[in-house]
Amino acid sequence: MIPELGHFALILALLLALVQGVLPIVGAQRGNATLMAVARPAAHGQFVFVLLAFAALAYAFLTNDFSVENVARNSYSKLPEVYRFTATWGSHEGSLLLWTLILGVWTVAVTVYSRHLPEDMAARVIGVMGLVSVGFLAFMLFTSNPFLRLTPAVPEGNDMNPLLQDPGMVIHPPMLYMGYVGFSVAFAFAVAALLSGKLDAAWARWSRPWTTVAWMFLTLGIALGSWWAYYELGWGGWWFWDPTENASFMPWLAGTALIHSLAVTEKRGVFKTWTVLLAITAFSLSLLGTFLVRSGVLSSVHAFATDPGRGVFILAFLGVVIGGSLLLYAWRAPRLVSGGGFTWFSREALLLGNNVFLMAAMGTVLLGTLYPLFMDAMGLGKISVGPPYFNAVFIPLMTPVLFLVAIGPLVRWRGDDLPALAMRMRWAFAVALVTAALLPLTLDGMNLWASLGLFLALWILFGVLTGFLERLKNAPGGLLGKLATLPRSFWGMQIAHAGLAVVVIGATVVSNYEEHRDVRMNVGDYVDLAGYRFLFMGTHPVEGPNYSAMRGTVEVFRNARKVATVHPEKRRYHASGMVMTEAGIDYGVFRDVYVSLGEPLSDSEWVVQVYYKPFVGWLWGGAFLLALGGGLAASDRRYRIALRRNTEAMATAAQGTRA
Amino acid sequence: MKRFIPLLVFIVLAVFLYLGLYLNPREVPSPFIGRPAPDFTLPVLGQPGQTFSPADAKGRVWLLNVWAPWCVSCRQEHPVLMQLAASGVAIYGLNWKDKDGEAQALLARQGSPYVLTVDDRDGRVGIDYGVTGTPETFIIDKAGIIRMKHVGPITPEIWQKKFVPLLKELET
Amino acid sequence: MKPRHQKLLAIALSLAGLGVAVALVLNAFQNNLVFFFSPSQVMRGEAPVDRTFRIGGMVEEGSVKREADGLTVRFVVTDTAHTVPVVYKGVLPDLFKEGKGVVAEGRLGPDGLFTATQVLAKHDENYMPPEAAHAIEQAQKAQQTLVKP
Repeated sequence: MIPELGHFALILALLLALVQGVLPIVGAQRGNATLMAVARPAAHGQFVFVLLAFAALAYAFLTNDFSVENVARNSYSKLPEVYRFTATWGSHEGSLLLWTLILGVWTVAVTVYSRHLPEDMAARVIGVMGLVSVGFLAFMLFTSNPFLRLTPAVPEGNDMNPLLQDPGMVIHPPMLYMGYVGFSVAFAFAVAALLSGKLDAAWARWSRPWTTVAWMFLTLGIALGSWWAYYELGWGGWWFWDPTENASFMPWLAGTALIHSLAVTEKRGVFKTWTVLLAITAFSLSLLGTFLVRSGVLSSVHAFATDPGRGVFILAFLGVVIGGSLLLYAWRAPRLVSGGGFTWFSREALLLGNNVFLMAAMGTVLLGTLYPLFMDAMGLGKISVGPPYFNAVFIPLMTPVLFLVAIGPLVRWRGDDLPALAMRMRWAFAVALVTAALLPLTLDGMNLWASLGLFLALWILFGVLTGFLERLKNAPGGLLGKLATLPRSFWGMQIAHAGLAVVVIGATVVSNYEEHRDVRMNVGDYVDLAGYRFLFMGTHPVEGPNYSAMRGTVEVFRNARKVATVHPEKRRYHASGMVMTEAGIDYGVFRDVYVSLGEPLSDSEWVVQVYYKPFVGWLWGGAFLLALGGGLAASDRRYRIALRRNTEAMATAAQGTRA
Repeated sequence: MKRFIPLLVFIVLAVFLYLGLYLNPREVPSPFIGRPAPDFTLPVLGQPGQTFSPADAKGRVWLLNVWAPWCVSCRQEHPVLMQLAASGVAIYGLNWKDKDGEAQALLARQGSPYVLTVDDRDGRVGIDYGVTGTPETFIIDKAGIIRMKHVGPITPEIWQKKFVPLLKELET
Repeated sequence: MKPRHQKLLAIALSLAGLGVAVALVLNAFQNNLVFFFSPSQVMRGEAPVDRTFRIGGMVEEGSVKREADGLTVRFVVTDTAHTVPVVYKGVLPDLFKEGKGVVAEGRLGPDGLFTATQVLAKHDENYMPPEAAHAIEQAQKAQQTLVKP
């Protein structure tokens, strides 16, 4: 009964989404206030029904209702309760429902925080988001109904993919989707601006906090995915350049370009058409990412192997949304006029440079991801494009971006003096360069890649420091008082830039100085690596809720002192029969030691992999700083003030009408 | 003109993505279609001493379903097969590379949709039939010719779309 | 700066960015594309001897042998028509099994021995990597045409 209610709720949500997508936009074009007023209640109603559907599906999972096909395929009665709940979005159908639910969350947020917008603008924005929702709801109802019944019901489910039975995977998809779907707000604003022909500084100011928040979630989502891969896949890799990762990384690159370009449009009123195009691109890439992962065109997962119908549906949807908005762009963009002049050495010009290189990097990732598909489609043979390609292309393209990150915030709008800036930064440059050149020498000799990465990271950190010093020099009061007066947007930007430097340090050090050995070990054997001694204490069987495992014990010593005991496991999941490696990791600020079990060679003897991973945690620490910076910038005073002023104005207006 | 560039780029991309959807490396036409089903003689599971050859099923339209106890997708299609068997479809099982001999116990537990299951322990017959994974299902006609091969689990939709029309044609 | 100059700057910057990207991509494609060959293609000498490529097929039953060091593994990849011997030093993925699909990346020695630097089996339990399945299908198609009367 409950699943049927969920199904019914989805149908009602689709009808309301249609209302939400059509009437307000028509109303806005015709200036009909009644039609425009439909937007908010329709959006709220749609959200309520999607939430009901989601609750119904979660209920089916939690109660082990194996008469629902989706549950039977993706859950298992002995699965721990928390994973039974997260299995709700572990399947294709469930993840679409989560996508739609999160779109509903964003839409409701827009209805609440858009009271200060002109009514026609708000109606268009909510309407466009309703149309996106129509696409996803229709896709679910027509091709991927999560509530399909299985007759006769099966007594036991197939279990969730063991790879996904993990705390990191519990929150990774919702974070990622918060990011993906969040770009729909910027997209809806861009389309609304194109429809109305009104695109001014106010437009950029409205879009900015939304975009920054979406970007923050996407950053967290990607970082969680990378961290999960690191500890779950058993060999300590943290970025694989595989299509699923690229699918989330491309919108991130476009989104990063977008938040910078929005800043220019807000402050200076230039790059308007470019900003609109970026807003469309960022959301299009989010949809493309969903398509690539969900349609199975790139991976060998057989989700759609037997049913290209679903893929065709998403592709048609992509065609309507992306093609339609780009057509609208081609038609309406020439009406947008940019104002304001600047010189070649100004913050505008540097941000333009940043945008160009970010988008070029995004393009090369897109090309590398889709190239095997192109070759195959044209019958030119089967190839794979692996990490060597991406590293060879991506690193050189990111180098100028990172270099500019340090000086961009120090350069004035409109135009600045290059020799003066060179004087301001000469010590920072010299210290960064010398440190970066010498540091690798003290470790294990010359290493140009390590030096390059360290130089860029230090250069950015000095840039951040200079930014603070120059802002504080002229402010009155004590140091703490001075720091407190700085606006949050400034803090946010500087923290995010410092976070980027931290990521660069982590990536550089771990890529150049990690150590690794595969050894055969019997009880009591030890291996030395990077100053650590790993003593293998043997394995013993353990029983998990839905798996059996061999659990190893490895003691880690440094200078004859025990620093850690780790327990790598080899698990075999009962329902699927899949074998999984769980790494044993001792986390540290400056290094992780990482042990995983290979194959057993005899009863007591195993192949053991040991890794020394210096600074690897900085990757995720830095990503967290990036996200924190985004959060701070989005909560800047001027957005809150604009909001409060409008609520007050509305309250007064309301009183006025009552009086 | 240059404002149309993003649109054109997207159109080119969409065309390739569309082609990509139909590029299924597992769906390359099987070389066996339209040819006699490769001959074999294998022991019947659970009936010691008895063997089965495709020739024994001549004169009727039958399905050869390649499965294995360790295969997850086979369990997904199991309820569908049970329904089909109940409605009178003749399904013969080929138990592929089941080295641990778990198949019989599994069928006893979950019910068997098969007329009979032959045991292809070393996977030789599977190789003759070009089996690359489980489950795979072949339709073999009255004259013993392979008419279709389906890779992956059978779902009710696939059954309606891919199997029913051909089976109707073959039965008449 | 006048709007016309701004436009010029934007175009120049974009062209520079695009140019650098294209140059890098071309260069990287030249060196880093990994082509895929089936054992039959390797036998016919279509695979390069001096650069990295991937082979795929099934791990032949009974062919997996571990050397005394416990780390070096030898196995044979087959597409049911031809076989290629492979040597790999390191830990095999969880899903590597005899009779299952496999894709290995590495170089072919002049003696016909394929030295793998990476063994991939990232798919799920009962499906082959598509490249491996493709290799086997191709080989069987070829055999069918050979025995055609």
